[in-house]
Amino acid sequence: MTTQTKTAKGVEQRTDVTIRFAGDSGDGMQLTGTQFTRTSAIFGNDISTFPDFPAEIRAPAGTLAGVSGFQVHFGSEELHTPGDEVDTLVAFNPAALKKNIEDVVKGGLVIVNEDSFGKTDLKKAGFESNPLEDDSLSQYRLIKIPATKLTKEALKDSPLGTKAVDRCKNFFALGLVSWLYGRPLEPVVEWIERKFGKNPDVANANRDVLRVGHAYGETCEYFENTYQVNKAKLTPGKYRRISGNDATALGFIFGARLAEKDLFYGSYPITPASDVLHALSRYKHFRVKTFQAEDEIAAICSSIGASFAGDLATTGTSGPGLALKGEALGLAVMTELPLVVLNVQRGGPSTGLPTKTEQADLFQAMYGRNGECPLVVIAACSPSDCFATAIEACRITLEHMTPVVLLTDGFIANGEEPWAIPDVSQMKKIDVKYAEGVNSNGNGEGGFLPYKRDDRLVRPWAIPGTAGLQHRIGGLEKQDITGNVNYEPANHQHMIDTRAKKVALIADNIPEQAVEGPDEGDLLVVGWGGTYGALKSACDRVRSQGKKVAHCHIRYLNPFPKNLGDVLKRYKKVLVAELNCGQLRFILRATYLVDAAALNKVQGKPFLISEVENKINELLAK
Amino acid sequence: MSTEALPQLTAKDFASDQEIRWCPGCGDYAILAQVKKIMPDLGIPREKIVFVSGIGCSSRFPYYMNTYGFHTIHGRAPALATGVKVANPELTVFVVTGDGDGLSIGGNHLIHAIRRNLDVNILLFNNRIYGLTKGQYSPTSELGKKTKSTPMGSVDNPLHPLSIAIGAEASFVARTVDRNVQHMAAMIKRAAEHRGTAFIEIYQNCNIFNDGAFLFATEKEQKDDTTLYLEHGKPMIFGKDGDKGIRLNGLEPEIVSLKDGNMKEDDLLFHDEKLGEPSLAYLLSRMRYPEFPEPMGVLRCVDQPLFEQGVHKQINDAVKAKGPGKLEDILLEGDTWDV
Repeated sequence: MTTQTKTAKGVEQRTDVTIRFAGDSGDGMQLTGTQFTRTSAIFGNDISTFPDFPAEIRAPAGTLAGVSGFQVHFGSEELHTPGDEVDTLVAFNPAALKKNIEDVVKGGLVIVNEDSFGKTDLKKAGFESNPLEDDSLSQYRLIKIPATKLTKEALKDSPLGTKAVDRCKNFFALGLVSWLYGRPLEPVVEWIERKFGKNPDVANANRDVLRVGHAYGETCEYFENTYQVNKAKLTPGKYRRISGNDATALGFIFGARLAEKDLFYGSYPITPASDVLHALSRYKHFRVKTFQAEDEIAAICSSIGASFAGDLATTGTSGPGLALKGEALGLAVMTELPLVVLNVQRGGPSTGLPTKTEQADLFQAMYGRNGECPLVVIAACSPSDCFATAIEACRITLEHMTPVVLLTDGFIANGEEPWAIPDVSQMKKIDVKYAEGVNSNGNGEGGFLPYKRDDRLVRPWAIPGTAGLQHRIGGLEKQDITGNVNYEPANHQHMIDTRAKKVALIADNIPEQAVEGPDEGDLLVVGWGGTYGALKSACDRVRSQGKKVAHCHIRYLNPFPKNLGDVLKRYKKVLVAELNCGQLRFILRATYLVDAAALNKVQGKPFLISEVENKINELLAK
Repeated sequence: MSTEALPQLTAKDFASDQEIRWCPGCGDYAILAQVKKIMPDLGIPREKIVFVSGIGCSSRFPYYMNTYGFHTIHGRAPALATGVKVANPELTVFVVTGDGDGLSIGGNHLIHAIRRNLDVNILLFNNRIYGLTKGQYSPTSELGKKTKSTPMGSVDNPLHPLSIAIGAEASFVARTVDRNVQHMAAMIKRAAEHRGTAFIEIYQNCNIFNDGAFLFATEKEQKDDTTLYLEHGKPMIFGKDGDKGIRLNGLEPEIVSLKDGNMKEDDLLFHDEKLGEPSLAYLLSRMRYPEFPEPMGVLRCVDQPLFEQGVHKQINDAVKAKGPGKLEDILLEGDTWDV
């Protein structure tokens, strides 16, 4: 929780601060937020961010639909979420104010660009009177800045046109907020010079406005004090910022390299997964083959083809795309080929909330195919965890010849956090076994048997081009061992049982489930995926109040870790918290007969720490 | 490269050990026999050949070939073959599909594979019916076709496979028919030798659900008058006595007689399969029985850049420009700081 102390010099110490930059889609708020985050990370704070943009690229200017926001939480202690409440809101137009004011803590700072609060602007946002003039904002500390006017003045000698000048005003806000929180300007200036180096007029204008914004803070006397947020005590090492989608892309590249294979990524553009395609397409020198397919089905089918031909094949999508990939995923299960399917979950059903987060595709990942069709499901829990989890997906798919669905979500995919850069030399190679010769009997006579399994029930992988191992596979039920088409009743039963057992046996090759907190106690909070930060923070809080509450965050959703059933039984109560209507809870209850309570939310937004904390306290009080 | 001489293979070496399960009398048998027959001539080792198919009678094909094979799901063979070819351009890839698989459920993948010009060979068995699901009309069934699902006759306009392929600017387009085995073998061989997407429509008789659909093109008494066998650089002449020709009248083809001496060979359309502009090929693809003789042979054969080559060239260029990627380097991209 935030603690505050005032020093004599008018500098207030804070352990952590949450700022939200909000404006029209074209106001450059994402950029302002990213640059502030960057500076804070370089300064040494822990950070966590959450961009929130509309589904429309350019909704009508000034409307509520067009509001784009970027929230950054930075602190001198470890942070695990982008912050529950906003301490400082920077609102660049009335719509941004209207849409975000509810999230601002009472007494918080609200900085607005007063030049954009004209009659038409107010009307577009649905204000009947000007909130800057009536007393509707009396619970907040309102700071009105003529950002448009001051930007124009600062650039009166610039050769840039009126429109280009107006576009610089987000740097005014960045300069001002940088002053307010004692952030250095140098990293931003360096970035501006790098980014706009080829266009010195734009570079000069942005830099000048940034400095004017900073100087304005110093001289305007609107602020009672500035704030100081000290460096965080992070584990020593080299750090960078990373988003979940970038981390997933890097994880795939590492997976391929650790397995000494080329990486194939077949994908069809879809929010919020497209950034993985963009990231991977920049790494061709790592022998990454990206294929933008004609549709979701072609994306997965091309990946299955690439897998058959010997690449490490991956495909990425979001919920509606996974629905389209269902039949082909069944083919990958039937042909027992390695394949990683990334699902960056978003709000559903149907097109749903494309830019908002949700965890409602667990059932789809587990069961969304015809027939008995088990595969591996794992989920990443934070932006940087996407890296390790993506590598893990590659390892499991290659070592066990089974498709793996890798679940992330819009929240961690777009959110950023500092990442302690891992040591490449410590990474374990992925051991890929290929069929080297015919396997029909000991003396090498006869043909190649593509479904003759090893003791983990894994079938041999013979790659086209390997002489003597020609074989045919397909979606029809196949005879055990030979792989020939077979419709016999007993064989079908045997093959279904065997495919299920193969996946179940993977539990021998994954870590046991760990918990944070006491090994037994009054309550176990269970979660999966991107809710990790909120659940962890809530559990930390109630434990600091002396409560016997532990946190169990499940990465391996199918198969579950072998000890999970025992873990669930060691606590008096179990709470499953997830951003859906209770999917993991349903599976846990069915699997372990555990009477788990639920905390569910489907609003397109992540959990607040306080929501989880309140639920924990409610259950403990019962 | 191995210096060992490749063993001389025969058609039999390309047969798998699986029992063939098409209906007796099906046109698919003839196609399978011709494919196996031309395989040794290609001089490609069996392990470097992959047959990919979708769903339908034709799509059982890979099971009967002693090569690598993948019997995939309905309509998706071209997409899957794209992945195979991009992963390993050294493989020779055949896609076996039908009129339902390739033009109905898989129409999207078919046109996109063609427009990308992957070096794959697409054999589309056109029997103008759904066979494996027991006799519904297909996207190539003629208007008014009475089937199980259209007892009063189909009201769907049919698609014409060659027109689709040429519309997507296929670099190789040909047609043949199951009963003319020598011609079929020659077409498949040419397709296999072509660099780029080679699309062949094979008229294939389904003797159970659509028997005789292509009698006009196979029966001795009439086939010379109802088909036009194309030859590159030659005038378009057909007919039992070689006395009919195709002439261009404005932008329309017309049948003319060479008998009365008013028309000479030089007045006729000359076939040029190498034209970069696909209009002549398209015009040919629109000549349909009974108004016109249906063209058989190679309608189009042009050189175009290969998709998979483009993909691999970019990779090689990137490696050349940046050096082979180092894992340590990508971890350090962007801003880093020490704690």
